[in-house]
Amino acid sequence: MSSIGTGYDLSVTTFSPDGRVFQIEYAGKAVDNSGTVVGIKCKDGIVLGVEKLISSKMMLAGSNRRIHSVHRHSGMAVSGLAADGRQIVARAKSEATNYERIYGEPIPVKELADRVASYVHLCTLYWWLRPFGCGIILGGYDRDGPQLYIVEPSGVSYRYFGAAIGKGRQAAKTEIEKLKLSELTCRQGVIEVAKIIYGVHDEAKDKAFELELSWVCEESNRQHQKVPEDLLEAAKAAAQAALEEMDAD
Amino acid sequence: MAPPLAQWSNPLAMDSDLNDPHSMGTTIIGVTYEGGVVLGADSRTSTGMYVANRASDKITQLTDNVYVCRSGSAADSQIVSDYVRYFLHQHTIQLGQPATVKVAANLLRLFSYQNKNMLQTGLIVGGWDKYEGGQIYSIPLGGTILRQPFTIGGSGSSYLYGFFDQEWKEGMSKDEAEKLVVKAVSLAIARDGASGGVVRTVIINGDGVRRNFYSGDSLPLWHEELEPRNSLLDILSAGPANTPEPMSI
Repeated sequence: MSSIGTGYDLSVTTFSPDGRVFQIEYAGKAVDNSGTVVGIKCKDGIVLGVEKLISSKMMLAGSNRRIHSVHRHSGMAVSGLAADGRQIVARAKSEATNYERIYGEPIPVKELADRVASYVHLCTLYWWLRPFGCGIILGGYDRDGPQLYIVEPSGVSYRYFGAAIGKGRQAAKTEIEKLKLSELTCRQGVIEVAKIIYGVHDEAKDKAFELELSWVCEESNRQHQKVPEDLLEAAKAAAQAALEEMDAD
Repeated sequence: MAPPLAQWSNPLAMDSDLNDPHSMGTTIIGVTYEGGVVLGADSRTSTGMYVANRASDKITQLTDNVYVCRSGSAADSQIVSDYVRYFLHQHTIQLGQPATVKVAANLLRLFSYQNKNMLQTGLIVGGWDKYEGGQIYSIPLGGTILRQPFTIGGSGSSYLYGFFDQEWKEGMSKDEAEKLVVKAVSLAIARDGASGGVVRTVIINGDGVRRNFYSGDSLPLWHEELEPRNSLLDILSAGPANTPEPMSI
């Protein structure tokens, strides 16, 4: 055993004496230090937003997407290790197609969230695996309406009206709480999410970022899609204006 | 005196091999009406020319709200519906809510298709769920699936196509629909030698399920059908005075 630490944090299959699994908590740190991811449930659908931190100016805009489509009616936003997130998205896609092949109808969002959570949890049970270093916000629309879930690295999942993970989650959550989600349409929600992402972005620590937005709503025909280019630009402009107004005060 | 009774002396019975598989030369019907569905079936199960069961139940329960009419091989259709009942039960627990009719029909389709080389069965699924209301799906021999407002199946159905083309109406009441089904099955029983016995119906709607039974002697007599009469043996044994002329019966 090396000089520091108790040795209880070396394996995902070892509990500490007070019943914690440190490796899972470390995985959580990877999420907490990543760009903010926000999801809200509006009255007619779901909006997902990501603050994608740009590591190099030479990187092509739009690359390394953090919002992925799982199937026609749902999408995932990843916070934390992007590569781990892609692994989860791949699994979610196969669960969704599998379900549809057997049962002949799109997978319910709850069922998808449960299956993804089981998969994430599986990686916390074996010493030869490493837990996923990412948090997932899953948004989808099924016959019971729009639904929003979070899946944590520990493999638990919760259903939310509004959710935020990543660096700016605390500030983002207080902003989401101020919204009247039951009266908000997705078109309005997109603007609000953009404002939140721009608002929580830390100009001092992180330089550039790219706003990624997607939705599943009546306007997108209950399909998970990128927010249309004109609306995205309008949302960015509104967010920037709101920021400048705040700075002026 | 009366001739020997052993059925082996009957030239018709001699031809039939009682070890042949039981099959349901059948008349089965599924009809949607305003608010639900009516399923109907005759009750004859035969082994070649021998009627193995004259009161069989060909309308089988899959879940609380989904039933299936079976035709073809009795064994094949039983095993398929047993498997599907089992999987639907699992699925109901997993989702925490009743399975939809579409899911039930799709599972039957899946089994019928994957084992098409071994199965000789045609099925009609009917049921009600809160999302799409009353639905009828027909799953004929090869494992294709068709959603239809009404459908007929089994050997007796060939006598009924014209009848249904004329008599089925959109938006029938429950009683109209059931009357239509009972009449159709009795017509098919009259023409089709492989259909017979009684008529069973199952009515499924938002309020629940109701089973009805129509005994063979309560059904109308159609063209050239004979009145029910006592056994020929009774007439002959009643004495020479009543003995009819040969071939006059």
